[in-house]
Amino acid sequence: MGIPSQLLEAEVLQALEYPVDVPLFLRKRRLLKQALQGRKPGVRTRIAILGGSTTAEVKASLEVFLLNQSLEPQFYESEYGRFAEDALFRNPELDAFQPRIAYIHTTWKNIRSFPALGAGSAAFEAAVEEEMSRFRAIWAELEKQHPSCTIIQNNFDLPVLRPLGNLEAGSYSGRVVYINRLNYEFACAAAGNSRLVIHDIHSLSAEVGLEKWYDANLWFSYKLAVTPFGCVLLGKSLANLIQAIYGRTKKCLVLDLDNTLWGGIVGDDGVDNLQLGSETALAESYLAFQNYVKDLKNRGILLAVCSKNEEAVALEGLGHPDGILRPADFAAIKANWLPKHQNITDIAADLNIGLDSLVFVDDNPAERDIVRRYLPDVTVPEVGSDPSQYPLILEKCGCFEPASINEDDLKRARYYEGNSTRSAAASACSDYGEFLESLEMVCEIKPFSPVYLGRIAQLTNKTNQFNVTTRRYTKAEIEEIAREDQYIHLYGRLIDKFGDNGLISVVVGEIEGRSLSILLWLMSCRVLKRGMEEAMLDALVERCQERGIQRILGVYLPTAKNAMVSGLYESLGFTKTAEDESGRTTWVFDLSFDYVPRNRYIRRSE
Amino acid sequence: MWEPGQQPGCRNDLMTQSEVIARLQPIFDDLFAETVVLTPEMTADEVEEWDSLAQLSLLSAIQTDFKIRFRVGEAENTKNIGELADLIGRYVQAK
Repeated sequence: MGIPSQLLEAEVLQALEYPVDVPLFLRKRRLLKQALQGRKPGVRTRIAILGGSTTAEVKASLEVFLLNQSLEPQFYESEYGRFAEDALFRNPELDAFQPRIAYIHTTWKNIRSFPALGAGSAAFEAAVEEEMSRFRAIWAELEKQHPSCTIIQNNFDLPVLRPLGNLEAGSYSGRVVYINRLNYEFACAAAGNSRLVIHDIHSLSAEVGLEKWYDANLWFSYKLAVTPFGCVLLGKSLANLIQAIYGRTKKCLVLDLDNTLWGGIVGDDGVDNLQLGSETALAESYLAFQNYVKDLKNRGILLAVCSKNEEAVALEGLGHPDGILRPADFAAIKANWLPKHQNITDIAADLNIGLDSLVFVDDNPAERDIVRRYLPDVTVPEVGSDPSQYPLILEKCGCFEPASINEDDLKRARYYEGNSTRSAAASACSDYGEFLESLEMVCEIKPFSPVYLGRIAQLTNKTNQFNVTTRRYTKAEIEEIAREDQYIHLYGRLIDKFGDNGLISVVVGEIEGRSLSILLWLMSCRVLKRGMEEAMLDALVERCQERGIQRILGVYLPTAKNAMVSGLYESLGFTKTAEDESGRTTWVFDLSFDYVPRNRYIRRSE
Repeated sequence: MWEPGQQPGCRNDLMTQSEVIARLQPIFDDLFAETVVLTPEMTADEVEEWDSLAQLSLLSAIQTDFKIRFRVGEAENTKNIGELADLIGRYVQAK
């Protein structure tokens, strides 16, 4: 009002970044929502909030953070305190809503029975069992009624009041002991169930501080189990988790070198004079940050260097005797004098990933600013200039929160190491076919199997370029596809002489009479132009023939990123049946003729 | 920033009802999409968006802005903007 809206918007949107300006957020929540709704529409999702207390504050804050992550939520809210009833007894409204995520917003206030004063271990265990059987029944019923829904369950926060003082944490009657035990049981339940995800309000409430997290006044006045202040941070934490469930975890961390990974300028000060190691507080801080980054790499986050340096000098810095990060840890190294946004664009192209999968960390505010301006899709956390805080600030942006960790995440860094060797081999072969032969490729193409469901769901959410329909699926939905007979589903893995590329392609079709409609066909760009799409078609045709299917119906749904597959069907021999002005095309592939396998270079393994 | 139980060290001067209402106006402007021109006689019933979520947001924002803390149920019992402003005024004076 009166203030230019763009200025206001930028200033207010900054309240969403770490450290969240909670009072400003609460005051401007309406404007924030308005500003975010004005941006390009995001992916729609349906979230049921099943509350053990009032949930309007949770919903209002969560909505803003989800919009900020380009997710457009629709909400169902249970009536006050009716989380258990909504789950245990069918509720037509909830059934019709078809939640993709059911969030159970419970807190310690919803624990029914605590062990009695003077309880021994038997009474304690009985109380645990009673409480757990209640929650297990809720989860089981939700899973049954909503087969493609992921359940997010809060664990328990601790009460502010501790009438027994320290004994609350030191006896079987203690509520702290009891709550910790329930949280452990929740963790065990989630570890054994891919559709159940824990939202850790136990840690979150500790971070906020219990006296700011819970206020008896608000409980008595509004049946609010978490203060509005706490609900803002809960909304952010939950949005990060939902983003991870949707496979939006960022893929690559791009790092500056001087004063980001070590103190000092390697080109000026020389390797020996850098601050890195255990000599000073500053040196220890840089080493701790390198350790944090190395851990990210070890669980599958790609690393890249983007530094204004001579490459030889940069490599010398990465050879510092006390350093943890080495040149081989990086999937791409750009050390030159080009503008950083240009190098970052090249890094994304080299690694075949989108700019929106990158996070850029640089101590220099001018570089951060210029990258933000030229590449708005790249996430650039405001890391400041104190290296002891870099890990915390990087973590708080929530970019790298995983929903789960699978085998492929652990192996990913090695695939990319193999990739640079492959490029070198390609330039040594004059004929492309000869090059493909020389790769000695072997593929495994099979129906979905349980160990791969997590990776398959992840691919549906991450793959933007080679993706004919860009449909996103949660793991629960992929499980449903694997289970139901009307689907034909295949995954493809590809191995070559340089290494295992892992699971890189997925096709799903739905059988309707004698036809198969393709719902999903995607492939990771790291195996582009290897003939894998032909191998997938061969396998798909085989499955179709086994099921007596006579035609495959293909559809291409254009997005800003998938132009590379607009001609996929045509190149594989499909016939176009329709095209509308949006660019959507439909195709048919007739199976009543003899099918000649397309794949020439990849051996199928059994 | 509002810290429960925190007693700010500074002392505010006495505020009249109209001064408090003038300071409440921008809080209402932020929280409500509809234009609400505050008068001492205005009640929650006259503002369509003023539901229980809005009430909670409003009282949080007021306590943050004036650096005061209401007793349980107290602010909810005020009948109109004038009474709410008087209550705020008393807290500001008592600090």
